[in-house]
Amino acid sequence: MHDEQILGYQPGNSLIHSLNGTTKLIFLLLVSISCMITYDTRFLLVICIFSLILLKVAHIKWKQISFIVKFVVIFALINLIAVFIFQPTYGQTLYHSKNILVNAGYFTLTSQELFYLLNLILKYICSVPLVLLFLLTTNPSQFASSLNSIGISYKISYAVALALRYIPNIQTSYWEISAAQQARGNELSKKATLSQKIRGTLNIVTPLIFSNLNKIDTISTAMELRRFGSKKKRTWYVTQSFNLADYLVILIALLSVIIVVILFKVNSGRFYNPFI
Amino acid sequence: MNKPIIEFKNFTFKYVSQAEATLKDINLTINAGEKILIAGPSGSGKSTIGHCLNGLIPEIYEGDIQGTCRINGKDIIQSSIFDLSFTTSTILQDSDSQFIGLTVGEDIAFALENDCQKQEKMQKTIQSWSKKLNINNLLQQSPQALSGGQKQIVALAGVLVDESPILLFDEPLANLDPAAGEKTMQVIDQVQYSLHATVIIIEHRLEEVLGHDFDRIVLIDDGKILADTTPNNLLHQNKLQDSGVRPPLYLDALKKAGININKIPKLEKIKNLPTGPKIGAQLSHWIESNSENTSNESKHPLLTLKSIGHRYNKKQLYPLKDVTTTIKQGDFVSIVGQNGAGKTTLCRAICGFINYEGKISLANQDLAELSIKQRAEKIGYVMQNPNQMISQKIVFDEVALGLRLRHIDEDQITERVNQTLKICGLYPFRHWPISALSFGQKKRITIAAILVLEPELIILDEPTAGQDWKTYTEIMNFLNQLNHQGKTIMIITHDMHLMMEYTNRSLAFAKGRLIADTTPLALLTDDNLVKAASLRRTSLFTLAKHYNLPNPNKFVQTYINDERKHLQER
Repeated sequence: MHDEQILGYQPGNSLIHSLNGTTKLIFLLLVSISCMITYDTRFLLVICIFSLILLKVAHIKWKQISFIVKFVVIFALINLIAVFIFQPTYGQTLYHSKNILVNAGYFTLTSQELFYLLNLILKYICSVPLVLLFLLTTNPSQFASSLNSIGISYKISYAVALALRYIPNIQTSYWEISAAQQARGNELSKKATLSQKIRGTLNIVTPLIFSNLNKIDTISTAMELRRFGSKKKRTWYVTQSFNLADYLVILIALLSVIIVVILFKVNSGRFYNPFI
Repeated sequence: MNKPIIEFKNFTFKYVSQAEATLKDINLTINAGEKILIAGPSGSGKSTIGHCLNGLIPEIYEGDIQGTCRINGKDIIQSSIFDLSFTTSTILQDSDSQFIGLTVGEDIAFALENDCQKQEKMQKTIQSWSKKLNINNLLQQSPQALSGGQKQIVALAGVLVDESPILLFDEPLANLDPAAGEKTMQVIDQVQYSLHATVIIIEHRLEEVLGHDFDRIVLIDDGKILADTTPNNLLHQNKLQDSGVRPPLYLDALKKAGININKIPKLEKIKNLPTGPKIGAQLSHWIESNSENTSNESKHPLLTLKSIGHRYNKKQLYPLKDVTTTIKQGDFVSIVGQNGAGKTTLCRAICGFINYEGKISLANQDLAELSIKQRAEKIGYVMQNPNQMISQKIVFDEVALGLRLRHIDEDQITERVNQTLKICGLYPFRHWPISALSFGQKKRITIAAILVLEPELIILDEPTAGQDWKTYTEIMNFLNQLNHQGKTIMIITHDMHLMMEYTNRSLAFAKGRLIADTTPLALLTDDNLVKAASLRRTSLFTLAKHYNLPNPNKFVQTYINDERKHLQER
């Protein structure tokens, strides 16, 4: 099991790592919401390129995120196909025009529909890198403190942070147990059939749950013994003060919201329409 | 100083989930500033006493309470965990799983955060405590990346910030290498001295802790207090053996040599034993009459390792490197060394769980050609925690799993499983649900599940960690039997006497390298190796030195031979 494959916070010293967790959370929320609301292709394209550049800036390697990205890609494709199947004419209703590309009865493909689907893809490319960026560059404790600082109860914040933190641990113990199970004769390699794999995985899950339940029990006891939950509020050792960079980043996020609002006026609606 | 801080009066406690009371009519008073050792076998109720002190009982572990228990004047029924946390600071057994913060600094701050302290104030407190405990250069590190001993000290710092009058340690040595265990005990002494705290240590390994000046030992068995007296008094009685707590080795050696310990006034420290010529002579005499050499040489090579290495990631300081050795058929090998020295990594490489550099071959076959599954038919690996291995509900099914997955026909499976269960002493339990068995039995099931595949070599990761004397003996005797039947066994261990008593060969690791491959005795005799591999000599060596015995090694060997003889008689 190599560190690079673990999906979790990895310390680093890029500009993005050094930002305040709250800043990053606000940025993630504002920009993602902007992208969700608008269908302005120009805006989405800019954010896409921007978020891909950010991944590069944070020195995130393909290995770290390859698994989750593949997963999201498959999910997104299914989503797109479903959108198309349910209403292939949605594009032409939206953009009030019809340029037929492939004539196939119900499944007639128009360039308007294609353009609409392109916008959906762009939305994915806008927000997924931002979420990954947040998860991989934000210290979970800081994440908890930032959730808490935007008004979420600290107990929930801490629970979320702990869960994030334990993903790598559970991954590691999954590999250990999996190795031991393979030694027992559980075939889990590529040679195994699907039913073999499913049964084999069940044999890993039982010990995984039982050995981790114990750990969860211990940690919650340890937390109570040190008075977690004794007061309505708590302070955070890792809270950082806001720097100039943080204010700038929040400003950029606000700017994106303002741009989206302006685009509303310009496009007279959520959609940018190049067809008319 | 004689103010009582902990008072149990006719105290009985029964867990909701259990039929019988775990603590029965306990009367115990502990005064402020005392240092108390609570000893007893697993399931005796010693941890339950700890749970009363920190308020886990009755808040987290519910049950029926009769009688009273007052901690610093507060009745535990009326106080919450939070109230008691200012009185009792608890260091749990497994420091690894109790770290909450991501860095050392954050973890130490956890209690302060919950008290809503300002950041600057927290930082000041943490600075001052980390300086006192000499961990101020670690504050930015992840607690998981520290050595076992450092972890224990960080955990200690995390509760010391409360400055509570009572410090409670639950088996502080269970997961530590021997040298780190000794260091931890010293730090505890130092902290108690500077804070005037009441220190309560729950531990069953007397050999390791006894030298650290306890005021009293409270011996618990079956929910009752069997003894509550000074260490010296207790050692003069036979209560330790009777309750299943292993007495320190030197004491046992004195008895074996026919010395009447009742005539020795002070027993709790070797350096206080009377130095007159009589005892020394008796010990020397015992050596001469007993010391036969039991080594049986000339065996076939089984497992050959050539320059084995593995690196988890680039940041790893001491990756496993260049391990070359040959394990012979019938060897009983112990693998020792500091936490993180590469012991487990090597074993995982041998089993093919991880990629490695170099070449591993078993009876002249290169193992790289085999899959994990095929390797497992030759080399079995038993993980430290049985819960990590057990995936079935019934004993029989768990042991049969490996055979079923190899599509052997059911008749043959029944025969082989039953035979294995008989060897492991589990045959009567074959239809039992595994959850109803004890830790030692579960461990034996995991060994049986490996054994049934008839591997030539079995590797066990810390088979006795955290186990009391009875379970320890049960597991080790079983392994010993297997070894006598011709199985080659390798175990990872931190227990120095286990290494001496059961294994015939030791591989010592330090910083990712194999630094010694010799007999256990030779390993512990070499000062440099002991230091480098973070080991510790047993009290037998200290005793031999105290009496200037002409050949300390022979003395230790005599003791071990004697123990082995008793084993075979049983």
